[in-house]
Amino acid sequence: MAVFEPEAEGIVLDAEETGGDIVGRSPWALAGRRLVRNKLALGALALFVLIVAVSFAAPLYANHVADTNPFESNISGTVTIDGKTVDVLQQGGGKLGLGETPIGPTWRSQYFLGADNQGRDVAARVLYGGRASLEIGIGSAVFASVVALIFALVAGFFGGWTDAIISRLMDLIWAFPLYLLAISLATVLLTSPNGLTISFVHVSADSLWIPLVIIGFVYVPYIYRPIRGQVLSLREKEFVEAGIAQGASNLRLIFGEVLPNVASTVIVLMPLMIATTILTESALSYLSIGVQPPKASWGTIIQDGQELLYTRPWVAIAPGIMIVLTVLALNILGDGLRDALDPRSKVRVKA
Amino acid sequence: MRSRSLFQLLTLIGLAALVLTACGGSSKKKSSASSGNSGGTLMTVAKGAPSGSPDPQINYTLQEWQLLIISHDGLLAFKRTSGTEGTKIVPDLATEVPKPENGGKTYVFHIRKGIKFSNGKELKPSDVKYTFERLFKIGQSPNAGTWYNVIVGGDACVKTPATCNLSQGVVADDAAGTVTFHLTKGDPEFFDKLAVPFAFILPTGTPNKEVQIPPPGTGPYKFAEYNPNKQIKLVRNTNFKEWSKDAQPKGNPDEIIQKFGLSAEAEVTQVENGQADWMFDNPPSDRLNEISTKYEDQVHVNPLTAVWYFAFNVRVPPFNNLKARQGVNFATDRNALVKIYGGPKLAVPTCQILPPNFPGYKPYCPYTKNPGSGKWTAPDMAKAKQLIAASGTKGAAVKVNTDTVETDKALGLYFVGLLNKLGYKASLQALSPDIQYPYCQNSKNKVQFCWSTWYQDYPAASDFLNILLGCGSFIPNSNASPNIAEFCMKPIQAQMDQALQQGITDPSGANTKWEAVDKAVTDQAPWVSLFNPKYIDFLSKRVKGYQFSPQWYFLLDQASVK
Repeated sequence: MAVFEPEAEGIVLDAEETGGDIVGRSPWALAGRRLVRNKLALGALALFVLIVAVSFAAPLYANHVADTNPFESNISGTVTIDGKTVDVLQQGGGKLGLGETPIGPTWRSQYFLGADNQGRDVAARVLYGGRASLEIGIGSAVFASVVALIFALVAGFFGGWTDAIISRLMDLIWAFPLYLLAISLATVLLTSPNGLTISFVHVSADSLWIPLVIIGFVYVPYIYRPIRGQVLSLREKEFVEAGIAQGASNLRLIFGEVLPNVASTVIVLMPLMIATTILTESALSYLSIGVQPPKASWGTIIQDGQELLYTRPWVAIAPGIMIVLTVLALNILGDGLRDALDPRSKVRVKA
Repeated sequence: MRSRSLFQLLTLIGLAALVLTACGGSSKKKSSASSGNSGGTLMTVAKGAPSGSPDPQINYTLQEWQLLIISHDGLLAFKRTSGTEGTKIVPDLATEVPKPENGGKTYVFHIRKGIKFSNGKELKPSDVKYTFERLFKIGQSPNAGTWYNVIVGGDACVKTPATCNLSQGVVADDAAGTVTFHLTKGDPEFFDKLAVPFAFILPTGTPNKEVQIPPPGTGPYKFAEYNPNKQIKLVRNTNFKEWSKDAQPKGNPDEIIQKFGLSAEAEVTQVENGQADWMFDNPPSDRLNEISTKYEDQVHVNPLTAVWYFAFNVRVPPFNNLKARQGVNFATDRNALVKIYGGPKLAVPTCQILPPNFPGYKPYCPYTKNPGSGKWTAPDMAKAKQLIAASGTKGAAVKVNTDTVETDKALGLYFVGLLNKLGYKASLQALSPDIQYPYCQNSKNKVQFCWSTWYQDYPAASDFLNILLGCGSFIPNSNASPNIAEFCMKPIQAQMDQALQQGITDPSGANTKWEAVDKAVTDQAPWVSLFNPKYIDFLSKRVKGYQFSPQWYFLLDQASVK
């Protein structure tokens, strides 16, 4: 059998990775050190934090900079530019004067990126939209991860019928085309005029919880599968068997022995999942079955901008850029985390 | 007829209108009659085929009706011309418009001789009886049970379509060349109903089931192809000889083609490039400035006898309170709503039910600052707040119901903001266009505030007032209840009934009564009437002889491409 030798492959390993200087450092500390050394991943993290920060500062921007309510129509409104009063929605030109065009980017505090066809400040809406997109993206990724983790731990640890039933259930969800399933659920739940009532819990049709749970739900199998595989493998490890021999309870084994060993996988998957769920949220909102107006998300703003592509492209471009930057940052960060938490995968990839 | 939206005329149920009087209705000068060169192919484009069945007795869309009027004829017709003349009823397959007999319950039509269908068969009075029996027998004609059940035997035909027998109601005499209609009661709109495609005459022997291409007709064109995924093609009917320029003039193009599958954006580009001569759909809002500045000579804008409105549910809180309804009416900035629709050149604010230049119309707007002129000028927020405070409805939750079409949703969002300002807790309920209208109509859903539109079927005040706000038009728990405000006031209904009765013998006197009904209903504020829309026709450079009929819109066959 051929033995893999990194040096022979031209791969330079860190001291920790060669096993030369690891005494006294936990795997998490080592991973942290590796991550800190990955400048690209750190840059991505900084960009993501910046996007989160400006998005959550949306009320400050709307109230103190743009001086606007981005959820209220301002169709007959005016704005002062260079001392001149200008209509926010401007009548079309020519003799016929057809159509009304929203004001374009002023590059000033008010209507920095222009207005949409309701006369609302696009820049303020993009920031508020970011808040909703991130809330749903992060929330649904966390929801999917927690649910998947619980099922994977139970199925992988107990095996047998428990595993068979849970795994077939996951296969069933997996078998549906993802977007089709999300669209079907969203169409039923979001367009239900009176919202969703389960027992004594009522969720209104325009609540952010509905897209959050739908998106989280459809991604559960995608996280469940790799984690279950790991749990199945860990279940047979000596340290677990030793725990069983010592009479440790199942709960203790699951949470004390198995969970810490799959946590790094969940952490690696998390940024990638957030990126994916943000994209899914944007797609659903673009189709009017995600965030409901007058609330904004990047997807709904792109939809608003679709009608204005010829005249006011910034309405669609601005949230589009925000989505691209966020997803890019999260993907790079996810790669960095994977490299930091599982250096062998880096070696494998490089080899 | 209720339409989805002006930008979605594919699903528009209906037709245009009695339009402007003196100014004629178009922003352009209109040619008075067909005088263009004949020949060539008029190439038109649309997003999709006419919705519903191709069968002329089932289809209820402007898109198909614009083609059926040049391939088929009724006993009577709306005069095929522009301006108010286009709302006049003229004889078509009949030699003259008959006088009512027996108190408006009997009409005798004399059928023209020598007219042939496109399949070569000669038109006979018995074809008329066959056509009306088929209307019921196919079982899917949308208005058979509401428009034509007035014919003796009609109600029985509605109940058992398969065995429909109108021998008592439509008496055809081939030898004498006459058809006599017997009605169960006088119907002032009977002539209008005979002049629309449901009542266009088909040859005896046409299958009594839905057909996939319109059967032979008597018009100057015939359907040569009807492929909903690709195109409709009409070619000349070689058996056609012009018998009445007013009712059915000879067309100009040799062929008329309507291609499907393009987006509205692509349609605009094709017309700009001369690849298409006319687009059926309205140009999208972000292209309006472009076409009105660069292609202004190719654009025609015409007012429609239609109204866009939000209906209050007068039986459900908080708008079961008159003061609350009036308050919202006073607060509504109709100029803002016109801007959402496309600006002041594309719509005119209104407060009342009937559209301008319509029978029974007299300008009336109590819900404006400085009322009196009949025109809306500005919202009166102070009065609105005062009325809403007096109503005691402040703080109530209100769902504003619209569909998800961009313009319609934008109108709904405007009202969400306005109602919140007025002290309500408003939220938007945007439903799919396919379900929104039936959802609003069904009283089980208790919709509080619903967006809708109405485009006339034919020029009669009752088509708005009685159909949309009459007691008989509210059908509890039904998806087909056009009175979505659930408005029913017995004194006003009595006024409507009187006007209907008077209309059989004295249309002008009846219109005075309708004027009073319009005012009385407007005072009760079952709606927030928003505006009366206009229609844009965008043509290629080579199209000459444009005519806009208030009833049928752009008269395709009267245009010339040579």
